[in-house]
Amino acid sequence: MESASRHLEAQIRWRRLETVFWLCTLLPFVAAPAYLQLASQIAITALFALSLDLILGYAGIVSLGHAAYFGVGAYTAGLLAKHGWGEPLSGLLISGILAGLTGYATSHIIVRFRHLALIMLTLGLGLLLYEAANSASWLTGGADGLQGVRIRPLLEMFRFDLYGRTAYAYSLVVLFACFLISRRIIHSPFGLALRGIRENALRMPAIGAPSRAHLRKVYSIAAILAGVAGALLAQTTETVSLEVLSFGRSADVLVILILGGAGRLYGGLLGAILYMVARDQFSGMNPQYWYFWIGLLLVAVVMFLPNGILGGLAKFLQRST
Amino acid sequence: MLRLLTMAGLVCAALPGHAQQTIRIGMINVLSGQFADAGIQMENGARTYMKQHGDTLAGKKIEIIRRDVGGPLPDVAKRHAQELVVRDKVDLLAGFLLTPNALAAADVSAEAKKFMVVMNAATSIIISKSPYMVRTSVTLPQVMETFGTWAVKNGIKQSYTMVTDYGPGHDAEAAFQRAFKEAGGSIVGSVRFPVANPDFSAFVQRAKDLAPQSIYVFIPGGAQPAALGKAFAERGIDKKRTRILGSGETTAEAALKSMGEAALDIITAWHYDYKLDNPLNREFVREFSAMHGRNPDFFSIGGYDGMHVIYEALKKTGGNTDGEALIAAARGMKWESPRGPMSIDPETRDVVQTIYIRRVQKVGDEYVNVPFDRIENVKDPAGERRKK
Amino acid sequence: MFASLAGVLFDGFAYGMLLFLLSVGLSVTLGMMNFVNLAHCSFAMIGGYVAVTLVNSFGWPFLASLPIAFLAAALVSIVLERALYRRLYRATDLDQCLFTIGIVFISVAVAAYFYGTVQQPISTPPYLRGSVQLMGMSFAAYRLFLIVTALAIAALLVYALEYTRFGAQVRAAVDNQRMARGLGIDVDRAFAVTFALGGGLAGLGGALAIEMVGLDHAFAFTYLVYVLIVVAVGGLGSIGGSFAAAAVLGISDMAGKYYFPWLGAFLIYLVMVGILMWRPAGLFGKR
Repeated sequence: MESASRHLEAQIRWRRLETVFWLCTLLPFVAAPAYLQLASQIAITALFALSLDLILGYAGIVSLGHAAYFGVGAYTAGLLAKHGWGEPLSGLLISGILAGLTGYATSHIIVRFRHLALIMLTLGLGLLLYEAANSASWLTGGADGLQGVRIRPLLEMFRFDLYGRTAYAYSLVVLFACFLISRRIIHSPFGLALRGIRENALRMPAIGAPSRAHLRKVYSIAAILAGVAGALLAQTTETVSLEVLSFGRSADVLVILILGGAGRLYGGLLGAILYMVARDQFSGMNPQYWYFWIGLLLVAVVMFLPNGILGGLAKFLQRST
Repeated sequence: MLRLLTMAGLVCAALPGHAQQTIRIGMINVLSGQFADAGIQMENGARTYMKQHGDTLAGKKIEIIRRDVGGPLPDVAKRHAQELVVRDKVDLLAGFLLTPNALAAADVSAEAKKFMVVMNAATSIIISKSPYMVRTSVTLPQVMETFGTWAVKNGIKQSYTMVTDYGPGHDAEAAFQRAFKEAGGSIVGSVRFPVANPDFSAFVQRAKDLAPQSIYVFIPGGAQPAALGKAFAERGIDKKRTRILGSGETTAEAALKSMGEAALDIITAWHYDYKLDNPLNREFVREFSAMHGRNPDFFSIGGYDGMHVIYEALKKTGGNTDGEALIAAARGMKWESPRGPMSIDPETRDVVQTIYIRRVQKVGDEYVNVPFDRIENVKDPAGERRKK
Repeated sequence: MFASLAGVLFDGFAYGMLLFLLSVGLSVTLGMMNFVNLAHCSFAMIGGYVAVTLVNSFGWPFLASLPIAFLAAALVSIVLERALYRRLYRATDLDQCLFTIGIVFISVAVAAYFYGTVQQPISTPPYLRGSVQLMGMSFAAYRLFLIVTALAIAALLVYALEYTRFGAQVRAAVDNQRMARGLGIDVDRAFAVTFALGGGLAGLGGALAIEMVGLDHAFAFTYLVYVLIVVAVGGLGSIGGSFAAAAVLGISDMAGKYYFPWLGAFLIYLVMVGILMWRPAGLFGKR
């Protein structure tokens, strides 16, 4: 009993490495000021990956349609701004809530299934939403994207400038806040129950944990966070296009999360940084064949660092201690 | 303190400039994914122009910095535009294969006051998004409204429209139907294909059931034109009784090769074909094929003429890359291009050119778009309507 | 009216047969070894490009290029399996996904490098073009050819599965791998052969697809979604399942576009979601 509670406490405590990580996220402001737009988009992707980690890494739900909630958040924020509500923070909140409601609604279907059926259902629902958005071009602007999205300065003081300073600061703060929330959830009894469900879904009801209700709850929370990420993208770039709902975006975030290591809270963040920086660099070097190098990167990571980068590093550290 | 550090950082980033001796063009294109072929052709056209006219102008070297957006991703396009302006210190922006990317980058052009040349994106409204923008490709209303009017004038009074269910498809459908109806024709029905549609036979069968006098199609390039052409042949549509009216993409070189006989007698309206018979075009095609190992297409001519506008505007301003100066120099520019005579409208800054009406015929042992009618000096009608 | 319905059914069935050829390999290997090979459509692409090269650059007749497309794709499958996939049988599903997606990226880039990004045309022999008149209705000759080929292959596969010793081994391995090993069946060898066969069939499907839906460097991505849909709806490890699912999806896609064109792309996804909610293991799946 003693060692169990000490083990749990040890997990909750802030490690020094984590503090270093978050301090490093401030570096781009001084070390790479011309890259702040990219940094902002990395932060947004990291938040999106974090939201997927909650359901994939911790609850074991593999989703190929998570971009649905990202897209709902993005379009909500965009439509609010287009029709006069350009205040970013309240827009962010409303978009998150709407995405969460969508997630809650679909969770009733999702939690009934497992394995391939679950994956394909999430894919199918995502594709249906994409087609619906394409058809409803009177609302979404269709393939050309939403026009006329104008965001007011943050807190009425900080304009979203060409350099991306405000954008990155905004995205980073929101990412950190959502990260703290996720951390709290993971280390709570609820989070432990989720991990139990992931390990053995059949046994959980036997120890009195209402697995379906838990899954619906975490799915909705993940949808809220994904929606917040989408809204951030819409607000910081003042653009929203169908691509935010696409299968490509769902697949990308899945790859990013697996790359970083699912179920380790920081996996999504590291994966996002690595993948997007690599893509930007490869694309700059060799625009026509960048995906060759990305493919090679993915293959190499799986061969040498199984269970993602964090997973591989953990194993490596375990072996050396 | 933070601001001081940022300033220091910015100054350091700005130091290795040499911006005075080179003119940097930021070319935002799509070089990977399903639109890659079009993007590559567009860049090939621009590079052909540079080879023909040298890469030095007004004593300065012209340098192209390319960026790949990867698809219709406006957030990525906008970021590239911002980075090109802020990090790479480009003097002007060019390229823009796809509409969402052009629209997003227009914001950056307007805010940073950078001259912007749209070399392909064909949605009419793009030109209004930045006062420093010109377009050298084509707009869908420009072609399709002209086509609709021409069709009725030439005895085609009925049409069934079939377009792909996405932005350009909707635009083409609206433009064609509008002009067709205004000229006195009647639209007997319409259908929209899903975007990733590999199989057209069901749709073609529906059209055949109505037995219309003509069928108007608009589909993107790639695999679809050939598949549609074959579907027409398989379902037994007699092109002499039911005219097929299409856009130039439907009878592009690759599609014609794939369709073979199934392409005969398709009538299309477009602004460029590599077989256009004039000396400038023959020279262009020869130079292009020698450089790139294939024939140019309308993506290439957009890139080619885009570079022409850049070069001529810079010549007029004596190498001054200020946005205001360049756009003033570009307005009203007139010249002979491989596609025929064209100009930049002084008010709307959009492209004005000749629209050719062509029919697919067998010439020798190839299937070729043969022009048999033309309408000259066509402005973008949607842009003209916006003026009022 | 009836003529158009028959026409639509015929065309839909032909499209379904193409999907069948592309998907059957993945269904069986996924069911047998639980190995998530998302690079399956890359084999299809290899078959397609081999056929294009043989016909366009070397002047081979189209029909002769088909068996070579099959063999080339099967060969690449074997090499890939021996060299790389073998090490990942114990890896997690997610790692297998990531790895095989990496392979897809690489294959797409390689295809673009060697063949460019342009659509690949192919010249099919004249007796495969145009249409055939039967009972007063016209049927596309190429689609007829596709249906006949796919039915022949399906029959061969079912015969091999039901009436040969090797087929019995495969069936045992799909049903219960551990038991099969316990009985002394060399599951690894059975899997290797099945994998090669599946890859070869995908290659054949890729070559046959060119005339119907085209081929370009992004083929491996574009068709992955459809193949996954067929595999999920049909049920893992089942040839009959792939056949039924592909036929249902092909026909409903075509019929939907004819009768409800405004539904367009929705129908195929709605059908998939509907079937999976009703039978999560797929039409003929076991788990």
